[in-house]
Amino acid sequence: MLIKFIEFIGAVIEKPLLGLGRIILLLGATLKGTVRPPFEFRNLVNQMLQIGVNSLPVVLVTAVFTGMVLALQSYTGFKRFGAEGLVGSVVALSMTRELGPVLTALIVTGRAGAAMAAELGTMRVTEQIDALETLATNPVKFLVVPRFLSGMIMLPALTAVTDIIGILGGYFVTVILLGSSSKTYLRATWDYLEIQDIYSGLLKACFFGAAFALISCYKGFYTSGGAEGVGRATTGAVVFSSMTILISDYFLSAWLFK
Amino acid sequence: MIELKDLYKSFNHNSVLRGVNLKVEKGESVVVIGGSGSGKSVLLKHIIGLLKPDKGTVIVDSSDLSQLDEEGLNEIRKKFGMLFQSSALFDSMMVWENVGFGLKRHTHMPDQEIKEIAVEKLKMVGLVGVEDEMPSQLSGGMRKRVGLARAIAMKPEILLYDEPTTGLDPIMADAINDLIIKMREELDVTSVTITHDMKSAYKIADTIAMLYNGVIISTGSSEEIQNSADPVVRQFIEGRAEGPIIVEGINR
Repeated sequence: MLIKFIEFIGAVIEKPLLGLGRIILLLGATLKGTVRPPFEFRNLVNQMLQIGVNSLPVVLVTAVFTGMVLALQSYTGFKRFGAEGLVGSVVALSMTRELGPVLTALIVTGRAGAAMAAELGTMRVTEQIDALETLATNPVKFLVVPRFLSGMIMLPALTAVTDIIGILGGYFVTVILLGSSSKTYLRATWDYLEIQDIYSGLLKACFFGAAFALISCYKGFYTSGGAEGVGRATTGAVVFSSMTILISDYFLSAWLFK
Repeated sequence: MIELKDLYKSFNHNSVLRGVNLKVEKGESVVVIGGSGSGKSVLLKHIIGLLKPDKGTVIVDSSDLSQLDEEGLNEIRKKFGMLFQSSALFDSMMVWENVGFGLKRHTHMPDQEIKEIAVEKLKMVGLVGVEDEMPSQLSGGMRKRVGLARAIAMKPEILLYDEPTTGLDPIMADAINDLIIKMREELDVTSVTITHDMKSAYKIADTIAMLYNGVIISTGSSEEIQNSADPVVRQFIEGRAEGPIIVEGINR
């Protein structure tokens, strides 16, 4: 009975533990590859374009509408007790501390994370990763490191754009559509926004960028089972990355804003 | 030159190799035959260090692969060229970039020179004017030949062929066989081929080794294998469903 129970526990935790072990090893190999030459500059620039520049349109749309709806909701709410003058601070603080990094990370995961897992997964099942190794090329260094670094660099950059565009979206709704004073909005934005709000948000974005890239690469790198496997890896990458972003967001926030 | 000693490998409690011994002399062409799922690809991947054995050793030019660190292994790998069953071309790169990949990574040649060498290697495998195409624009036979051009681009001493004729029409398959022979004659390489195409095996092999149940059960020249009295070898080379080799799911 006891043996059976232990066997059951073992069977349940075997796969997650194997995954955890692999992801830690992949992180170690990635960090090692980051500091050791030769550096894959061309691949890095390529990935920065893929993750950063190509994600820009969808990030812009998300940012502007998030800022707009945030302003609209807080304006109607705050009006009930005559605090509509504070809409600017609500938008600025929400965007920089929370919505900027998290929404950008989720959007980029859906776009670039899925693409990473699908691309690496296809390379795995069509033996292209094996081919890299036979050509004396370390696949982690060649494929994972540039994606990991671009995630870490480009997500804070995109978040900065989201923050600014979100605040402008809020301005548009509050001042132009709802007729509030421009001066009040801008003062509320500047007076209550501290530098720590901005950099802690960017720091979170940096962590989210590293996390989604590592998870997506891991899912792609260990794909097996043909086209179906690639599909599974892609879905897994998006779900696992999104969960990691949302859960770690709480703990990072608790730590950064304590 | 290449020696596999008492090689064991299993995946999820499924033993694939159960004590494989195989020796390949310099300049020799060895063909390993065996049914689907017999572990031929696994064996080939051990020779170039893509897989590590559970037990046993792989020796290439007197280096034990399991004793090498990543750099050492990569140095050994530069002696190899490998043609994959699915060609495994990098589909984000043009044909010439695929062929010149090793040169780009491991030499300081300018791109122009690499492209010239790539074009020359493509010509060797009978392809002209495809260097600026993407792999997805090529037919299966052409992709195989680009894969071969990539494998020979770094002037390897050893060529590994993973089912080189699988999935090709008989004429293209024979053209690939001719290319394998040509590579050996012109480049003086040692080669290990795995296949279940007996026509191909007879044509390109100095030595044929049969892998069955995780071990090499028979080794000999093409003639010796053709005249083998071993019932397992006979069944395989004659391609009969009846015999000692059990085909799962087939009732007899």
